[in-house]
Amino acid sequence: MNSPTRHTRPLSPNIQIYRPQLTSVLSIANRVTGIVLSAFAVFLVIWLSVAAASPQAFATVQSVMGSWIGQLLMIAGVFSFFMHLSGGIRHLFWDAGYGFQLRTIYASGWAVVIASLLLTGATWVLSIYMAG
Amino acid sequence: MHKQDRRSLLSRATGLGSARKGVGHWWAERVTAIALVPLTIWFLASVVALTGSDRAGVVTWLRTPSAAICMVLLLVALFYHMALGLQVVIEDYVHSGARFAVLIAIRLACFALAGTGILVTLRISVGG
Repeated sequence: MNSPTRHTRPLSPNIQIYRPQLTSVLSIANRVTGIVLSAFAVFLVIWLSVAAASPQAFATVQSVMGSWIGQLLMIAGVFSFFMHLSGGIRHLFWDAGYGFQLRTIYASGWAVVIASLLLTGATWVLSIYMAG
Repeated sequence: MHKQDRRSLLSRATGLGSARKGVGHWWAERVTAIALVPLTIWFLASVVALTGSDRAGVVTWLRTPSAAICMVLLLVALFYHMALGLQVVIEDYVHSGARFAVLIAIRLACFALAGTGILVTLRISVGG
C-alpha cells in the first residue's frame, strides 16, 4: 500500500473511457433511482403531514403537485420507482442464485427497461383517466 | 502509521472480518425489499385511484383500518430500506471526515421521518 506507484496506477475500469454497457448502466441506475426515491420518501411524509394539518395546507401541496413541474417530477418519481422495483426483483433472483447466464442477464436487463417504461406510461394514462 | 489489530487470534485466522454484521445488513435489505414489493404497489395504486381528490378523499382513505395499517407498515419498511441503502452509498463514496457525521445524520433522519410519518398517519386515522 505504501509503494511509490500507488497514486499513478490507473483505476480499472476507468469509468470515463469505459464503454457503457446495459449491465453497468442498470447497476448505477439502481443506485441513482434509490437516491431519487429517498427524496420522494421525504415528500411522502410531507404529504401525509399536510393531510393531517389542514385542508388549506393540503390544497397548497396538491397545487404544487398539479403544476407542470410537479407533474414532471411525479412522472420521474414513478419511473424511478418502477426502475428500482423491477431492478430490485432482478437482484432478488440473483440473490436466490438464478439468472447468471450472460444471455439471461441481458434479457432481464432489457425486461427491466421495457417494464419500467410501459408501467410508467400505464400509470400516467390511468391517473389522467382517474382525474377525469 | 500502523493500526493496531484488535481482532482475536481466531478471528484473524478465519479471516472472515466482522461477517455477521455485514450479513445482517444484507439480510435486512432483502427482507425490507420483499416487504416493499406489495406495499409500494398498493400505495401507488391507491394514489392513482385518489388522483384529483382533495384532503377529504385522502382522509377517508386513511380512515379505513387496512389503509392505515398498510401505510404504517410501508413507512417502517421504506425508511428501514432507505437507511440501509443510503448507508452503503455513503460508505462507498464518502471517505472524508464527514463520513461518520453523514452516516449518523442519515440514520437519525430516517428514524425521524418514519416516526413522523407513522404519527401523522395515526392522527388522520383515529383523530377527530
